[in-house]
This record gives sequence, structure tokens and C-alpha cells, in this order.
Amino acid sequence: MSGVLVTTTINGDAVQFACPEEETLLDALRDRVGLLGVKEGCGTGDCGACSITLDGRLVCSCLVLGAEADGREIGTVEGLSENGQLHPLQENFISHAALQCGICTPGFLVAAKSLLDRNPDPSETEIRYALAGNLCRCTGYDKIVRAVQSAAKQIREQAAQSA
Amino acid sequence: MKHDNAYTGQEFKVIGTRVKRPDGIDKVTGRARYGADASLPGQLVGRILRSPHAHARIKSIDTSKAEALPGVKAVVTAADMPVPEGLPADLAHMLENSMARERALYDGHAVAAVAAIDARTARKALGLIDVDYEPLPHVTDVDAAMQPDAPVIHDWLYTSGVDPKPEKPSNVSQRTEFGLGDLDQGFAEADVVIERSFRTEATHQGYIEPHACLANVRPDGSGELWVTTQGPFVYRNVCAQMLGMDIAKLKVTSSEIGGGFGGKTHVWAEPVALALSRKANRPVKLVMTRDEVFRASGPTSSTSMDIKLGATRDGTLVAARAEMRYGSGAFPGIWGMLSCMTSFACYEIANCKAIGYDVVLNRPKVAAYRAPSAPMAAFGVESAMDELAAATGMDPVEFRLKNASREGGQSHYGPVWGPIGIRATLEAVRDHPHMQAPLGPNQGRGMACGFWFNIGGQTCCDLNIGVDGTVTLTVGTVDVGGSRASLGLIAAEELGIPYEQVQVNIADTGSLGHNDMTEGSRGTFSSGMAAIFAARNAVAVLRERAAKMWDIPVDEVTWEDGQAKATGSEHGNLPPLTLADIAAKSPKTGGPIAGHNEVVADGAGVSFASHICDIEVDPETGATKVLRYTVVQDAGKAIHPDYVEGQFQGGAAQGIGWALNEEYIYGEDGRLQNPGFLDYRMPVCSDLPFIDTKILEIPNPGHPYGVRGVGETSIVPPLAAIGNALSNAVGVRMHHVPMSPPRILKALREHARTGPEKAA
Repeated sequence: MSGVLVTTTINGDAVQFACPEEETLLDALRDRVGLLGVKEGCGTGDCGACSITLDGRLVCSCLVLGAEADGREIGTVEGLSENGQLHPLQENFISHAALQCGICTPGFLVAAKSLLDRNPDPSETEIRYALAGNLCRCTGYDKIVRAVQSAAKQIREQAAQSA
Repeated sequence: MKHDNAYTGQEFKVIGTRVKRPDGIDKVTGRARYGADASLPGQLVGRILRSPHAHARIKSIDTSKAEALPGVKAVVTAADMPVPEGLPADLAHMLENSMARERALYDGHAVAAVAAIDARTARKALGLIDVDYEPLPHVTDVDAAMQPDAPVIHDWLYTSGVDPKPEKPSNVSQRTEFGLGDLDQGFAEADVVIERSFRTEATHQGYIEPHACLANVRPDGSGELWVTTQGPFVYRNVCAQMLGMDIAKLKVTSSEIGGGFGGKTHVWAEPVALALSRKANRPVKLVMTRDEVFRASGPTSSTSMDIKLGATRDGTLVAARAEMRYGSGAFPGIWGMLSCMTSFACYEIANCKAIGYDVVLNRPKVAAYRAPSAPMAAFGVESAMDELAAATGMDPVEFRLKNASREGGQSHYGPVWGPIGIRATLEAVRDHPHMQAPLGPNQGRGMACGFWFNIGGQTCCDLNIGVDGTVTLTVGTVDVGGSRASLGLIAAEELGIPYEQVQVNIADTGSLGHNDMTEGSRGTFSSGMAAIFAARNAVAVLRERAAKMWDIPVDEVTWEDGQAKATGSEHGNLPPLTLADIAAKSPKTGGPIAGHNEVVADGAGVSFASHICDIEVDPETGATKVLRYTVVQDAGKAIHPDYVEGQFQGGAAQGIGWALNEEYIYGEDGRLQNPGFLDYRMPVCSDLPFIDTKILEIPNPGHPYGVRGVGETSIVPPLAAIGNALSNAVGVRMHHVPMSPPRILKALREHARTGPEKAA
């Protein structure tokens, strides 16, 4: 079997994996690195369940080859909580009942964090468009948008307190 | 112990609070394990080869080249999955649906499968399987399939429900009829009659998690299956029977389920994975691609229907007739029958008749989708209701209220109504501020009603008390949307302890008795009932143990607020014993303390909803935007209001997608043209507004807490509510769902040319 050796940083840790040239980063993360929080819903970039950040940019990992991750920095849902604390987005998804089945949740969390990193005070419309690349079939998005609004507020308040 | 399921009207302490779900942390950290997230040593990758033809005879399949490819460990065809003797017809159809026999019956029908050491090898092996097809005439349209000259898909299929029995086979598997009174007399009494025809296209449940499983069959005939399913016990029974295995020797474990909505009540690739594992003698993981999910797993019926309603001048609905033709895909279904039973349930109509036809087509086998068959029938009936209201000069809400079904009335499909919520939902709609909000140009408001039966069924659960006084509730109904939180609340309420003291688990088939699927809005209703009864059994044991600890008769021990209390003048001064106190002593007072219950959960309460929506149409493009949406529904009792609201909102969003965009598009060649999320467009976050909800609680007399099912009804009204809003916004009455931009644009142009009477 031919393949490539990939050296990358995932959620802050140096990671190496080998994969076939045609393998997607999604499959490599799941099957080679064991990051099963990255979900496959379509494999064609239409559902966002496999959302990750690549050098800080939000991408569908099913549309990136594993080989392309060489030398890059990857962020996944597994990296959201720090120091044993859930991220405010994670806390608010639970407290706002923003998940039912939960399969889309990792992708939504990564996409929402990417939004809040860029725009700490998004309007409802900005949230809805920023999350339009992520499909949820259970919730009708209502409680997801409310959870993101609440988390954004909490993060802003925390930032104001520590400033 | 025998338990009574009657509603008691008790006051609640924790029921109705919005506690955190026990599976939340795993689901926000990526730790929750779904269908594709399990592995076993030595596992292989399974892949399925599917027919590119809508209908074709399979003359031969040559698998020799695939078998010779290094790394391929098994190739299976129908020859490896023979129909066991005595297999019931419905299971034989499921088996043939899982793997084609002499004919491929639709684009996407499985014809062979491989198991190989990796995905690359499996893909390559599929390309080496040589299938010799002889294409046959096909039919994918429900009306065309009923024509006398249509290709007959099954030469063994004779229409049931007609007298005399047909002499020739046809594509109509079943005719059903429900109704009341004298239709001719009813229409003779009517001053105003509306008669319209409608069509709806097939949609998919659209769960984000594709079907996935890990099968492990051992040479001794035992096996296990890890799978995303709404019902592990049913999957076990079905797969074991299909493959000639002993039911007890197949252990099925349900993974976390990434959405089902009815589509995971039916086996698709699971028998194939088991057959591959059996042949390869290795574990096989089989995950369907999204393309396969669309082409080969449960869409809804596509439908065609004629609706005729008649009213007197004072607005009394006196006659109604519906003839509804429902496609069931490549095998017979019950979907036309369900359309009959749901169609007129909202209204008291002295003379009505609902006729349903189930029609086989060269399309994937239809599976349940949230209140299956009801949304389409409601689209027809509720659209015609709005037109009839206008024709009698009445407000659509008042017209519906005047004719709404009432307690003690005779339903058209059989039961006499108990306490029901249709009038209350309509009154809540009438009085809702949403109805008074101003509208702008090209905007319109519509409303519609919906009904679903809800079911109970076979259920059992275990409630075990640990020595530290914490409680494990083990249920057999898969949690599709937060039911573990609801069931934890129920156990806590019944025992009188905090919710946090209860842990709810979902059992595998080796750990609990049979449970029916999580379907028919039964999960919280039926497992909740079993949990109440199991907790009451546990309380009986707790009282016995307390009596033993105190050395007093058990009759003199009561259970209140999570504590045993001694009653009577002799013992009244004994300090109460908490559940934890009693549990701590349990090893010495008789061993583990538990309560169990096995029940057929009778008494399911029907559910009604009324929805309001505001839309805006872009006259340039025909695109419709939902501006505001309100769901009013009777929950009986909302155990966990967040997840009741979530069901209301999710169902409405699915209905909105169905109404405006989602459809299976078939080409002349009978092949599905849009098997992906790009071209099968489900609503995204920016398509929708917040979805307001109003929970009504009209207790169900058949459940101790008054619970009705809440999961399905909310998908029923949106199609018609949006159609009615469109009509009010731009003056065109849409008769074809989805009301997609091209269809609306066509209707608007026709309207501009010929005036409002012409319809789309």
C-alpha cells in the first residue's frame, strides 16, 4: 500500500499519522488518529458534521485530504474544553437543549467557536448565516441559535471581567 | 404487582423542570459513540454494489474477479442470503429489499456486497463484480403505476380490500376505506362544495447520521450487532429470522442514534453486514454513504389525491370525500391506509369517506417518517378547508373551531374521542398575538391543523438501587431526542429523590426483555409508564426492608418524599429512613433492591396541533421565506418542556422543508437525480426564524401522569399552513408539494395571465 506520512498539530499536540494518498482528512482523523468526534454526514461538504479548523480556518474535513494536513494546525471538537472545563458553547448547548440526537453537535460547536473567535457579538442573522453550512435535522435550529447567543454573551462578560 | 395506568392528577415535584440531559457532556465533547464509532479487532470494511437501473432482470452476477483480489475476504449476493422457510411475507420483502434476488427493483437496490481489509480494496472489489442486467420497463409515478397499461412490478401482487378479488395482478397492493354516514346525502345537503386534486413528492427523513453498523458473526452461529437503530430488539428479531439465526444468540446493541424519524425502524444494510461477517468469519463494519442513504433507505410515499369537501351556508361541514394514492416503493406498504385514518380526524363530519390505495413503484421501499402519511393527507384536506372557509365567508380558524372533533364524538376511523386537544389548540391559535401581527407586501399568514394517533406497545424496564442509594434505570427504548432526561425525571418523581440521583441507561438485547421500537411517539409514554410501575415495585421492596429494619409490620410503613416513615401511635417517633439508609443495609436485609416492570403500555392518547405561519414570496424568483412560525400542540403532560419544545420545533422545520424544497426527483430513466444534500435541499439555519411553541396540557386519561406522545404531530400541519399562507400572500393556491421556487413562479405567471381562479 502506498501512502504518505503526515506531521501535524492537533488540538495543540504534535501528531504523526500515515494514510493513503486519496484518504480524506476526515477518515484519517477518525480512523488513524482516533478523533471520532469528527462526524461524517455526507462526505461531500454539504452537512458540516465534519467541521474542523485548519490553521484557524473553518473547513469540512471530508473535502481535505489527509496529506494536505502536513505541517498544519488542526482544531476539532475534542480540543474545545480546556483545563477540565467545558467551553461556554458546550455548556450552553447542554443548558439550552440545543441538541437532540447530537450527531451534528461537534460540527456546530466548531463552527460556532470559529464565528465567536472572529465576531464576539454576532447578530441573530450573522449567527444563522455563519451556521448555514451545518445541517441539523432535529432541532429546527431554534435552540442552537439561542445557545450560541447565550454563550457569546457569557464569553463577552468573562472577557470584560478579566480585562 | 398489578398497576393502574389511569391518570391521577397528582401534584409534581420534579416533572416539568428543565434538567440537564445525562448524555449531554459526551455529545458536546465528541465522546458519544454512534453507529460508525465502534471497532473490533480484525474488522473488515463492508461495501454494497447497487443497481444503476430502475428495474432490471439480473441475468448473472460474476464475483470471481472480486473474490480473487488480494485483501477481499468475502463477497455476498442473494445466494448467500436465501429466504428461510416460513419467513413471513413482510420480512421476506425486507430481505429482498436488503439484497436483490432475480430482479433489481429500483435505482440503488443492493445486488452484491464485499468485505475487504480496507476501504480502498473494498471499493476496487465492487468495480470487479460483473452484473449482467436486462433492463425492464419501469414506473416511478404513482398515478402512472395505477394505469391499466403500466408495467406490473410484481406478478404475485393482487389488490386486497376489493370485492371481487381482481383477476389480474397490478401495482395496487391494497385498497382501504374508512368513513361515516351517507356521502351522497351529505353532499346533497351542502351549499358549497370544494373539489381539488393535490400531489406531493417523496421526501427523505434526512437524519444526519447515515446507517452504520458493526456485525460480528461467529462460526458457532452466535453473533452481535452494534448499530444505529430506533429498536435494537426488533432489529435482533428481524435480522435473526432473516439469516436463520437463533434470536437469543444475536445480541444487538444500539449505538447513540444520529437521528431516525422513522427511517431507522427498518433494516437496510444490517442483514448484509451480518451475512458478510458470517461468510468472512471476521467482524465487518458497514457504513452507508449519503448517496446510498438517499437511493436505498426509507423515503416517504409520493402521493396523488382528490379531496372533496361540502358545507352548509352556516359553515357546518356536512360531507367529505378523500381518495388518496400513496406510493410504497418496491414493496407493499400500509401508507394509503394510514392516510385514510388520519385525513379527517380533526373534524366532526357526519358523512365522510376516506379511500386509500397503496401502490408499488420502482422506487426504494418506503419507511415511516414522523407521523407517516399524515402530512400529505393534511396538505390536501387543510388546503381545501381554507378554500371552503372562504367560500362560506368564515374566518379559517372559526370555521375549523365550528367543525372540530369533540370529546364523546365518533371519529371517522373508529374510536370514540376521549378528552382531546383540537379545540384547545384552535382557541390558542385564535387568541395568539401572532394572529394580530401586521403583514407587509407579498406576505401572508396561514394556519392548519394536524393529528397523530400515538402508540404504546411492549415495554419493560429495570430499576436498580445501589448500596449508596443512587438509582439505575435501564430502559429498552432508544433515546432519539432526550428521553433519558425525561425518564430520569419520572423515576425521581416516583421515588421522591433528586433527579441527579438517577442514572438512565439504554439496554442491549442481552440485558432486558423485549421492547418495541422508539416509534409512534411512544418512547417517553411507554418507557415512562414502565418506569413508574418499576419504581412503585421498588418502593414496595423499600417499605419491606424498612419494616424489617424497624421490626414492625410492613403495613405500618409508608413511603413519602424519598423516605420510609413509620405510621401509627406506636412507631410515629421512629426517625424516617431515607432511600440511601435502606440501601446501605440492603446486603443484610435481603440483598439487592430493585423494581422491574413488563407491560403492554395501553392507553396512548391522541395528539392534535395547530400551526400558524407567516411567509413572504419573492415575486421575481418564486422563493418563499418563512418569517414567523408558531406551533401549538397538546402534550398531555410535558415531562421535560425543553425536549417537548424541541420536538415541536424540529417537526415544524422538517415540515417547512417538505413544503418548500425537499423532493425526490426522478429522470425518465427512473434514476434518482438528487441523491445528496446539495440537490436535496433541507432547511439550513439561515432559512428559518425562531419557531415559537405553546405547550397545552390536556391530560391523557390512559397514563398515570397524563402523558401523550409529542414527537410526530408537529410535522403534520406545516405543508398546508404554508400553502394557505402562500394563497393569502399572493393569491395563488398551490396544489403540488414542494412549493418550490419554479412551481411558485409558474403559478404566479399563470395567475397574472388568467386571474386568480386558475391554480397551480
